[in-house]
Amino acid sequence: MSLELKFKLAYGDFNLDIEQTLSSTGVTALYGPSGSGKTSVLRAIAGLDKLASGSVKFNQHIWQHGLTFLPTHQRALAYVFQEPSLFEHLSVKANVEYGFKRVPPKQQLITPNYAIEALGLSGLLGRDTQTLSGGEKQRVAIARALCSNPILLLMDEPLSALDNTSKAEILPMLVALRDDFAIPIIYVSHSLNEVSRLADHLVLMNQGLVVASGDIQSMLTQLDLSLAQDADAESLIDAVVESHDEPFELTYLDSPVGRFSVLKRPLAIGEKVRLLIPARDVSITREKQQDTSILNIFPATIEQIESAGTAQVTVRLSANGLPLLARLTKKSSSLMNLAVGDSVYLQAKSVAIL
Amino acid sequence: MFSESDIAALLLTLKLAGISTMVLILFGTPLAWWLAKSTWRFKFLIEALVALPLVLPPTVLGFYLLVVFSPQSIIGQLFESLVGQPLAFSFTGLVIGSVIYSLPFVIQPLQNAFIAVGRRPVEVAATLRASPFDRFVSVVVPLAKPGFMSASVLGFAHTLGEFGVVLMIGGNIPGETQVASIAIYEHVESMQLTNAHGLSAALLLVSFSLLVLVYAANPKARVLRL
Repeated sequence: MSLELKFKLAYGDFNLDIEQTLSSTGVTALYGPSGSGKTSVLRAIAGLDKLASGSVKFNQHIWQHGLTFLPTHQRALAYVFQEPSLFEHLSVKANVEYGFKRVPPKQQLITPNYAIEALGLSGLLGRDTQTLSGGEKQRVAIARALCSNPILLLMDEPLSALDNTSKAEILPMLVALRDDFAIPIIYVSHSLNEVSRLADHLVLMNQGLVVASGDIQSMLTQLDLSLAQDADAESLIDAVVESHDEPFELTYLDSPVGRFSVLKRPLAIGEKVRLLIPARDVSITREKQQDTSILNIFPATIEQIESAGTAQVTVRLSANGLPLLARLTKKSSSLMNLAVGDSVYLQAKSVAIL
Repeated sequence: MFSESDIAALLLTLKLAGISTMVLILFGTPLAWWLAKSTWRFKFLIEALVALPLVLPPTVLGFYLLVVFSPQSIIGQLFESLVGQPLAFSFTGLVIGSVIYSLPFVIQPLQNAFIAVGRRPVEVAATLRASPFDRFVSVVVPLAKPGFMSASVLGFAHTLGEFGVVLMIGGNIPGETQVASIAIYEHVESMQLTNAHGLSAALLLVSFSLLVLVYAANPKARVLRL
């Protein structure tokens, strides 16, 4: 189960040279600065741009190889563009149903009603598309793509043109989408925040080349990559809701690193969640602190220390085998005499649950 | 005010304009779509050819058509052997002449409308499993509706006003090739001014109403937004 890509493209100064196998399960993020060729890759996968020399194979389907070129409409994929691009001559409902009507009856698993429910569109059905807000339009576009029951969903920075409120509203819907459907998603983004919340795999691109790729957890914490050098660098941990502490209004989460305590959330026991821990909110101690207000303290080993700017370092820790980042000042690191291989305790001041 | 032959001329004019417009939309749509989409380097040659009737004197166009239609030419002979009557001085000949004469009035609004629709809606439809023909019918045509409206009305109205080409290839056979504009010319030549007034007023009224329709349908396109 994979998406095999191989193509070259020269377009003025821009050169794209990709030879990469992507996972065909979960969400794969194509991440990189603008102009790195992410959209070109996505358009080539969709067959919207016909690259003179290239090959695109998705599982057992050969979409492009040699003289074979399957046109977009026969690839059974769906594409959410950066701009919602709704059909202006159709109502909201007709937009959502456009792709669905063209799906062979046996493959009509996701129905318009389901997608309308999942993206909260029931109140918008009768509206003219031109009167919708940007966020509403993009939700309609996502529902429309889902209803075409794609075997692969391509999303090209679907949130980047939206305001923060709409982003915050749609992102959890995308997370739910990822968890509810088995549709593989290729998600183009230059937002670390979106990628760390959504992606299972990450392909890091720069100037038309793939710089690195791998599962999101390890990609976020590789100190030689731009993600770990970002001011908002964070680590990701999969956890399960263990119990709720009623008197203290806390929720306990079980993870390979240890038991996390967070402010109580309305989550079911046994529910799987993703924890994000910002590197700048992780501190390190030599001894396990007893009289501290921080609840989330775990033993760890220092794996790597890299300079991060003039005054800080990023430390990669291994907590029971899982990678975690801590951002410290150079002064602290030097005073504590931190070195690779040291056994320490990490203290996480904030943990975000997704 | 209208003699029997005047009414026949008016009806013939409307019939000619109606049939020509239908033929134009039928064949002009794919041509305009191709012109809007094609990146062929010599496309400008086709565009110039389509625009030619805008600047060419109708008599020149009519003269060449007459040459092609004549029983001495291959096309003229072929038509006569198939249909049993000559192409020149026939209603079919008039339709062919009108279609060529009014071609730019249909192609240009359609081409502009297709360009205005843009690439994106077509791409979206392709990613939603719509075949090229399906995309054209379900997305491009509805979005280009004002263009079709303008093209039809302009094609129709322009054919109503045809004179030179008809005179050259149609002659003046009442009920067969005598259209309103020719009948008016006839009336003036023979000093029947009342009839000339009647027919002229009828053409004026129809043409003006049609143009009002076009401009009323596209109010947005002509406002300079500052």
